[in-house]
Amino acid sequence: MDISNYLYLSAILFTIGAVGVVVRRNAIVVFMCVELMLNAANLAFVTFSRINGDLVGQVASFFTMVVAACEVVVGLAIIVTMYRSRRSASIDDASLLKR
Amino acid sequence: MTTSHNLVYLIALPLVSAAILLLLGRIADKWGHLLATLVSASTFAIAAIEFFSMRSRSGAARPAMQDLFTWISVGSFNVHASLLLDQLSICFVLLITGVGTLIHIYSIAYMSHDHDRRRFFAYLNLFVAAMLLLVLGDSYLNLYVGWEGVGLASYLLIGFWNQKPAYAVAAKKAFVANRVGDIGLSLAIMISFAQFGSVSFSGVEAGVPHASKAALTALGAMLLLAAAGKSAQFPLQSWLGDAMAGPTPVSALIHAATMVTAGVYLITRSHFVFDASPTAQTMVLIVGGITLLFGALVGTAKDDIKKALAASTMSQIGYMILATGLGPIGYAFAIMHLLTHGFFKAGMFLGAGSVMHGMNDEVNMRRYGAIGKVMPITAVTFGLGYLAIIGVPPFAGFYSKDKIIETAFNAGGSKGIIVGGAALLGAAITAFYMTRVIVLTFTGTKRWDDQVHPHESPSLMWIPMVILAVGSVASGFLFNSGHALVNWLAPVVNAAGHEEGKALMQPMTVSLLALGVVAVGVSIAILKYRTVPVDAPAGNILTKIVRRDLLQDDFNDRVLVRPGQALTNFFVRMDNSFIDGIVRGVGGIVAVSSTNLRKIQNGYVRSYALIMVVGVLALLTTIWMVTL
Repeated sequence: MDISNYLYLSAILFTIGAVGVVVRRNAIVVFMCVELMLNAANLAFVTFSRINGDLVGQVASFFTMVVAACEVVVGLAIIVTMYRSRRSASIDDASLLKR
Repeated sequence: MTTSHNLVYLIALPLVSAAILLLLGRIADKWGHLLATLVSASTFAIAAIEFFSMRSRSGAARPAMQDLFTWISVGSFNVHASLLLDQLSICFVLLITGVGTLIHIYSIAYMSHDHDRRRFFAYLNLFVAAMLLLVLGDSYLNLYVGWEGVGLASYLLIGFWNQKPAYAVAAKKAFVANRVGDIGLSLAIMISFAQFGSVSFSGVEAGVPHASKAALTALGAMLLLAAAGKSAQFPLQSWLGDAMAGPTPVSALIHAATMVTAGVYLITRSHFVFDASPTAQTMVLIVGGITLLFGALVGTAKDDIKKALAASTMSQIGYMILATGLGPIGYAFAIMHLLTHGFFKAGMFLGAGSVMHGMNDEVNMRRYGAIGKVMPITAVTFGLGYLAIIGVPPFAGFYSKDKIIETAFNAGGSKGIIVGGAALLGAAITAFYMTRVIVLTFTGTKRWDDQVHPHESPSLMWIPMVILAVGSVASGFLFNSGHALVNWLAPVVNAAGHEEGKALMQPMTVSLLALGVVAVGVSIAILKYRTVPVDAPAGNILTKIVRRDLLQDDFNDRVLVRPGQALTNFFVRMDNSFIDGIVRGVGGIVAVSSTNLRKIQNGYVRSYALIMVVGVLALLTTIWMVTL
């Protein structure tokens, strides 16, 4: 099997994630889409690591996982707080930056 | 050259007095005029002391110097604020302080009903200080300071009653016309600095022999322009008639005896330039000749007594300028006429002021008549001035004016005939218009209203008039006896080179000729003004033109003022539409684009994410296309 198929898969996953971030309103779903994009990137890293025959890409994917874990902690906390204060998890309701 | 320590007081005293009177304000109202008169008298005393000490010295020791301080010191260029009192300046200093003091005394009475008398005297003292600086400066730059100072004082005094808009306009007109002349003086200073590296009189004189003809002609032309502005000579003469808006003592002091003669002083002081440049000298002759006829003609048609005298002043200064254009001997005669003119014209102006004082400030001579009976002293002093100006022997004007006419005829060739003829014609017209003034004012039948009660002026006013009348009678004879003034001025103006003998006409012939044309002028005037209508007759086209000052104002208005205004309006419109358009356009573009750009800041996270995605895609596409 051609190794570049992994890269195509990574690109497709990333696109799905990106589209999801742009089109969905529910904060939880947007969050999941962000995770999907991060993991698409991880897949690309690992694939490149395989192609180049070294471990640099593997190491980078570990870093990404750690960052993603932190992001989940902080992000979910924010979403929960937001939901508590305005009874909605829609990110379009959180447009206070405009003012 | 002698060193003197008193010269600075000549300028400092009146300057300090002017400052005191202006700064103290109403507190000084009670004694301001006395202080100013006292200061003026003390400058005259200093001048007299300096004069006698100068007479006691001889030869090269006569001029006195006082070095005050280094004014400008840049590299090799040094200007000292130094005062120079030589044989030429002492004539002016005595005239300014002497006539100035008399006019201060006269003004105490003349201005006694004016609640702003203190301010008037402050300006008079300011004028005296500036005028003395003008004649005492030892370089063109020092002279320039005084030159501007007298311009300022003249402006302030013409517009002294500036609550009347016409008077304020007259002051502005005088200032602007003077400014045109001042450009000439500043250009002359720049030329002499560029050519000779010096702006002092002695420095320029030393450099003249090595300078090119063209540079000297340009320098002479610029000096002449300056003189024309200050001395109301053609083509900058139009301001002098309007300057009569000022109080009459001002007209007597500034616009007859002293300030307007500054141009003659400038040319005489710069004689080395004109001696070296025949072209510049011819220009001086032309300007003087035109102005003496121009002023005389204007004088024939004026019904306002002060304007008639102003036109006469213009014409008499034309004589002086003409004389300065005649070479070394002419300078001395120009100064002689200047001094005698200072006496008789100031005297006549004070006489006119005295008449106005008694006639409720009426200036129209057609409403005078038979004033000689009620104001005998004024009539006699004015009459003596009149005899002096038309040149009847042995009065002052006879000596000074005949000398100028004679020198003009002897200038040689067709130039001599033309210039001499103009001077002779001018003498005839002078006799006509001055006789007209006398006949209209002092003789004939009374034409004033019954509620006017003319009376002789107080003694504070007639005493100065009497003193000036004595000067009008005797000064010419004194200056001329044994060529006193010519010999006195000879070291300054190099008159020693004058040759007698190749004269076109003998002095006797010239005098008889001049007396002949004067008699003609007087007779015509007496015959013509036997009866005087109170309202001026319509007159023919020539009379109308002369009444309008030979159309000088119309000419200036059409040719200079209106195109100038049109140009200004054009630039204002350019500024408003074009320049402002650019500035406002730039601001507008920024405002519109920021309004539009603000719309993408909508606060929705999803749209920010979309913009980021689109941006990344655009970036990647660009990189891909570049590397392809």
